[in-house]
Amino acid sequence: MATIKNVLFNMGVLDDLAMKETSIHRIHPLIKLLTTVVYLTVVVSFGKNEISNLLPFFLYPVLIMVFAEIPVVPILNRMVLVTPFIIGIGILNPFFEVQTVVVFGTSISQGWFTFVSLLLKSALTVAVSLMLIATTGMNQLAAALRMLKVPKIFVLQLLLTYRYISVLIEELSRMVRAYSLRAPGQKGIHPRVWGSFVGQLLLRTYDRGSRVYESMNARGFSGEYHRGNISKLKGKDIAYFLSWSLLFMLARLYDLPLLIEALIFSMGGE
Amino acid sequence: MHMADALLSPIVGGTMLAATTGIAAYSVKKMQNNLDEKKIPLMGVIGAFIFASQMINFAIPGTGSSGHIGGGMLLAILLGPYAGFLTMAAILLIQALFFGDGGLLAFGANVFNLGFYTCFIAYPIIYKWLTRKGVTSKRIFGGSMLSALVGLQLGSFSVVIETVLSGKTELPFSTFALLMQPIHLAIGIVEGLVTAAVVTFVRKTRPEILERGAIGQPLGNVPMKRVLGALVIAGLVVGGAMSWFASSHPDGLEWSMEKTAGTTELTTSGSVYTALDDFQSLTAFLPDYGFKETVDENPAVPAAESEEKRPGVNVGTSVSGIVGGGLTLAIVVILGVLIRLVKKKKRAVT
Repeated sequence: MATIKNVLFNMGVLDDLAMKETSIHRIHPLIKLLTTVVYLTVVVSFGKNEISNLLPFFLYPVLIMVFAEIPVVPILNRMVLVTPFIIGIGILNPFFEVQTVVVFGTSISQGWFTFVSLLLKSALTVAVSLMLIATTGMNQLAAALRMLKVPKIFVLQLLLTYRYISVLIEELSRMVRAYSLRAPGQKGIHPRVWGSFVGQLLLRTYDRGSRVYESMNARGFSGEYHRGNISKLKGKDIAYFLSWSLLFMLARLYDLPLLIEALIFSMGGE
Repeated sequence: MHMADALLSPIVGGTMLAATTGIAAYSVKKMQNNLDEKKIPLMGVIGAFIFASQMINFAIPGTGSSGHIGGGMLLAILLGPYAGFLTMAAILLIQALFFGDGGLLAFGANVFNLGFYTCFIAYPIIYKWLTRKGVTSKRIFGGSMLSALVGLQLGSFSVVIETVLSGKTELPFSTFALLMQPIHLAIGIVEGLVTAAVVTFVRKTRPEILERGAIGQPLGNVPMKRVLGALVIAGLVVGGAMSWFASSHPDGLEWSMEKTAGTTELTTSGSVYTALDDFQSLTAFLPDYGFKETVDENPAVPAAESEEKRPGVNVGTSVSGIVGGGLTLAIVVILGVLIRLVKKKKRAVT
């Protein structure tokens, strides 16, 4: 129950963030979506041993976070919550990898490098996906998908599923409240009624959802949200996309941290 | 079972995305032909329901891991395969965006793993077949259980294949498969129970929902030719790669056992690694640069040649990269803090 309420809360947090009015929020949703896709592709294209190469890619999420005024804690929370799966798969790397590397005089399995690389990639990709929704919002993103010619029926399905999550969770908390009033002093819901409880939840949500949908139709809903405020692509948007893409490509082709280091050492040498 | 972006290479992710897009486009077409206005809110509600139930993790005893139901069978039975597949796609997109669970690049792979096998294989072939002589509670139970088990086994197996093909981890294929399949057997039993319970309940209380979901998609209407076509494509994507993999890897289990026993016979693993690495270098913009033989405890390695081909961490690069890497991170953080300060100041002024 706590986790499910948490879900609603978390979605609410991201929804609220998407309502902000910052320079990042004003960028065209399609551009933000495309930039994210380019970023993700470039990041996962790195080999399994790369570490220093990946570090420059922190620039993008950090800058978005700062410019879009996104608080660090909720994003970090989310990132931590999804890491166990990655750790579960990656933690065996050091044991399966037979090659060793000498670092500061001690020899360690090369698997630690692949493990750290995996963790970095996970952190970057998760952070950037969250940034996308926190700066764009579901409705705008749906509009961007429509511009990409994604069929109306899928976009509608996406929006309704998203909206009905809160309908479902509200229905659930109503049922839990009613149940706990009928069964004072009982901890949780008795296993014997789990089945019918869940079934009732589904039916109640369906009835409610149908009414919501009917009233939307009664008010002229034709399967699409009409968003008047999504402007056409501007030069600014294109420049945003191109400059980020260029930066990603540069960071992909050159090991920037190594170049920085070489620069420092060459200056120190003179 | 949601795969993360970090585990996939662009080629595997892209291929799966293409496969999923194709199936989704086909489903959309099929749905538009007989779209029932009542079905739209039902799709949304069931989607929300599966979404919430995927959030509930139950512990799997003895593994230290936990699982959640996939929900693909429930979607297929209540909504029919086409709407079920599309709803699964919507659920996974929301999870990727809002929770970082799965990922945008891994989106195609996830929808395929959780949606395709359940909606287009387990549902028409197993569930529909078991309930062909009319729907009873017993048949619902048997059908749900069996199809959920099969659907999840196929799905988790393709997670293994996609991960191994991507080459981002060192997990040997067989070890990973031996971890994944039994765990998903346990999850499959829970999934089967939940599916059967919900379907039975809906059938008892609101049979018309079930009918509406099922009408229009009996087995006769699911064109087997198309399903087979999709299967062939899926086979090419998954199975073809699989057989290639199997042939190049003599025995992964033996390899890992030898390894734990302490014998370091690298030759056994050499071929598969080089194969994987060749694949990897296709996906990378630049092949791994710089390779220096690492210090090995055992200098008399007979497999030096195959070792040579493996991309190693360039010792010089990775160790010296610490300074440059630390500096890069510092620059990023300082830049962030500075901009935030400037923004705050600006706001204070205005």
